[in-house]
Amino acid sequence: MPQESRLALYRSMLKIRRVEERIQALYPEGDMRCPTHFSIGQEAVAAGVCKNLRLEDHVISAHRSHAHYIGKGGNLRAMFAELYGKVDGCASGKGGSMHLIDLSVNFLGCVPIVGSTIPIGVGAAFGAMLQDRAAITVIFFGDAATETGVFHESVNFAAVHRLPVLFVCENNLYSVNTPLDVRQPGNRTIAELARGHGIETSQHDGQLVETVDAAVVDALAHIRNEGGPALLEFITYRWLEHCGPLGDLHLGYRTQAEFDSWATRCPLRLYRKVLEDNGLIDDAAHAAMDTKVAEEIDDAVAFARASPFPERSELSRHMFA
Amino acid sequence: MINRQLKFAEAIHEAIDICLDRDRSTYLMGLGVPDPIGVFGTTKGLQEKHGKKRVFDMPVAENAMTGVALGSCLVGMRPIMTHMRLEFAMTAMDQICNQAAKWHYMFGGQSKVPLTIRMLIGRGWGQGPQHSQSLHAWFAHIPGLKVVMPSTPYDAKGLLIASIEDDNPVVFFEHRWLHNIHGPVPEGHYTVPLGEPRIVTEGGDVTIVAASYATLEAIKAGRELEREGIKAEIIDLRTLVPRNDAAILASVRKTGRLVVVDQGTLTGGFAGEIVARVTEEAFGALKAAPIRVALPDIPTPTTRALSNYYYPPPAISSRPCTGRSG
Repeated sequence: MPQESRLALYRSMLKIRRVEERIQALYPEGDMRCPTHFSIGQEAVAAGVCKNLRLEDHVISAHRSHAHYIGKGGNLRAMFAELYGKVDGCASGKGGSMHLIDLSVNFLGCVPIVGSTIPIGVGAAFGAMLQDRAAITVIFFGDAATETGVFHESVNFAAVHRLPVLFVCENNLYSVNTPLDVRQPGNRTIAELARGHGIETSQHDGQLVETVDAAVVDALAHIRNEGGPALLEFITYRWLEHCGPLGDLHLGYRTQAEFDSWATRCPLRLYRKVLEDNGLIDDAAHAAMDTKVAEEIDDAVAFARASPFPERSELSRHMFA
Repeated sequence: MINRQLKFAEAIHEAIDICLDRDRSTYLMGLGVPDPIGVFGTTKGLQEKHGKKRVFDMPVAENAMTGVALGSCLVGMRPIMTHMRLEFAMTAMDQICNQAAKWHYMFGGQSKVPLTIRMLIGRGWGQGPQHSQSLHAWFAHIPGLKVVMPSTPYDAKGLLIASIEDDNPVVFFEHRWLHNIHGPVPEGHYTVPLGEPRIVTEGGDVTIVAASYATLEAIKAGRELEREGIKAEIIDLRTLVPRNDAAILASVRKTGRLVVVDQGTLTGGFAGEIVARVTEEAFGALKAAPIRVALPDIPTPTTRALSNYYYPPPAISSRPCTGRSG
């Protein structure tokens, strides 16, 4: 992979991490009043997938969507303004963290009903096919979404019409506080389950961003060249509580030992080591990259805070198109 | 004067055909849409005319397919979905109520969802508990959905074209007992605006409000009342959302009496909504308590021995108001 691509991958992960760390720091002030789901620990999937997308490709996501929005190039000022409920938010403050959107980069939206955006993403791909456009649609969802009926209905339809859809399952092993093994049988993977629909699927380590990247390159080549959808399952891990900026090990549904084993496999730390070993980044270069990201976040937060709240007249606006 | 007579089902067919002709982003899908029966004739031959890409059958996956329709709207398509029974669409309530209804609002007006969902309501021949529910009140309760329920072939065509051309999600109800009724229907493109009730007959003694098939029952009831010397003003709602209540309020201010005939069940039904609005806005004009005529709060029985008691005959529709106004 070219040097610049490797650095871009790292920069993308760093930006996602730092944005969420900033939200984490600001959230306790009580001015971002919406349920907020962090993806700290899972950045490699968003970065590795989005690096390979073109502007015209669509992305749609679910409740844990900050990483996907940032990865696809969503406007950071509009994102922070949305979290603050301001009129300049990406959804005019009417959505919040769980309803991010940036149509200028074809980030079509996200919603917190698990599984619900999967058919909508398939529909975007179907619409593009009807319009004879080459756009690919990427649908991000978690492990629990594969337990919904609508997931299977959607994959089936995508398979029947050989739609250009990349299904990306971030399997972080928990649905809220419920582990995978009480929800799905242990004798098959999600990738194997989805293969039953007659589409290309595979399972990968979601902590290694170049592994993610390579899997996505293969899957997109399959979609573009041979037609038909593909599904990638990435095994990853959520560091924070299901919803909110805090840790949750005190709840006891997962162990400190399990958490520690994943924390040592932080996708940023792992990849920074790779870049350092290859002489692509040193402490000074990393600090410079970090400073640049921080400046962008500072600007976005300042913009969001300065933005006004919606006027009363906004309440009934946008009821109907 | 319109000389051409069409069946309600033919009017629906013509509306879809015209919309497919006029707008390349329009497409039609649903279970049985291209089959030889063609959803009681309403979609017959449309695949042959417009092609398999624009008129097609779908997997039995109503929830996902509603999401697919919605997703295609986000990239500029204008789908029409068809459900042979309303109950099949109930498996898609997440996509209809959580997603389609809210998408425009919750993303600050950036995307639009010009999705029309046809839902057919069955009755008779033992349709029973899961083939005959008229749940229009449910959908009217969800902000963001438009709810349309015509009673004549003219309105069926004009309202369906208006629904398809509307940039919002529209739930369009077709009562099966309307599909075979005849009425005047102009050729070509025309629309009936969403939101305007129709005064079916004018009268000064009692206002009867209804929609869809219940309008026909109201008309029959009106004829019975007329034999007793009572002149009913019958108003066909045509759309539940949006809805201009001016005609209803003006009528009640004239008659002082209100009966609402609803083909849904009584409790939490739409008849209650109309009664509430009138009571709030024109309480002083009422000479008697408003009356709701609706189905009992019981699942529809299949055997005709019981369904004959379940559905109110027109005589029952008229009886309460004769009683009150006598």
